[in-house]
Amino acid sequence: MPLDPSFAGRTYPPTRTYEVSREKIAEFADAIGDGSPLHRDAEAARAAGYPDVIAPPTFLTIINLTSINEIVADPELGLDYSRMVHGDQSFTHHRPAHAGDRLRLTAHIEEVFARAGNDFLTVRADIATVDGEPVCTTRAQLVVRGESA
Amino acid sequence: MNAGDQLPALSVRVTREQLVRYAGAALDFNPIHWNERFARDVGLPDVIAHGMLTMALGGRLVTDWLGDPGRLIEYGARFTRPVVVPDGDEGALVEVTGKVAEVRDDGTARVDVTAKFDGRTVLGKAQAVVRVS
Repeated sequence: MPLDPSFAGRTYPPTRTYEVSREKIAEFADAIGDGSPLHRDAEAARAAGYPDVIAPPTFLTIINLTSINEIVADPELGLDYSRMVHGDQSFTHHRPAHAGDRLRLTAHIEEVFARAGNDFLTVRADIATVDGEPVCTTRAQLVVRGESA
Repeated sequence: MNAGDQLPALSVRVTREQLVRYAGAALDFNPIHWNERFARDVGLPDVIAHGMLTMALGGRLVTDWLGDPGRLIEYGARFTRPVVVPDGDEGALVEVTGKVAEVRDDGTARVDVTAKFDGRTVLGKAQAVVRVS
């Protein structure tokens, strides 16, 4: 069943607050083998001009993916999760996320279209502090393979 | 920084252990990344790496080179082929390279990243925009 194109333009309510911690940044840096002191040592991060340790460039996948999974599970959208793949992902950083940030994510469905029997869905997420300071804008393209593919 | 500059290459053996570690760190528990039976049931040859993990290795190539990870301001990639990760210590060898594609007047530069597994690219149009200084 093709996705409903009228979902383009839909905005989801902001997520609950995610507090970025030094421990989670270090854990994520370890998992990707990233040895930079700016992910682990608050003094080094401050010396480089940041308020605290900063997150690696793809760290916010943590909240981005959670939000995508919630959209994907929206029964009104009717997306078949078992046929879905992550087509692409981008991050535009307005500033690096750092430990102590309290972030909320607001997801928007930018585009819904069908091509060659597959459905494509573009989700933009605006990630900002609870005070409204923009931190990162992400875009993901999700592809739902057609029944016959 | 000049157009054509090559970044120091990065070779990473992605193992099942790293997939589990990444799954926990990124909160991505899709079973295709840790459960061989599930992966085969959905038509994959074996467990595959998270596309976002391969993308993160490409990000590391750029931020290792920059020194200050905060100078990376944009980063995007398409997930074009899976990295198949067999059980065992060898894992899957992912080789990441990059070069400066363009230095712009606004103080930024575009870096093109290539990630290969088994001799073939696994990320498409992987590009970062960085602050030159």
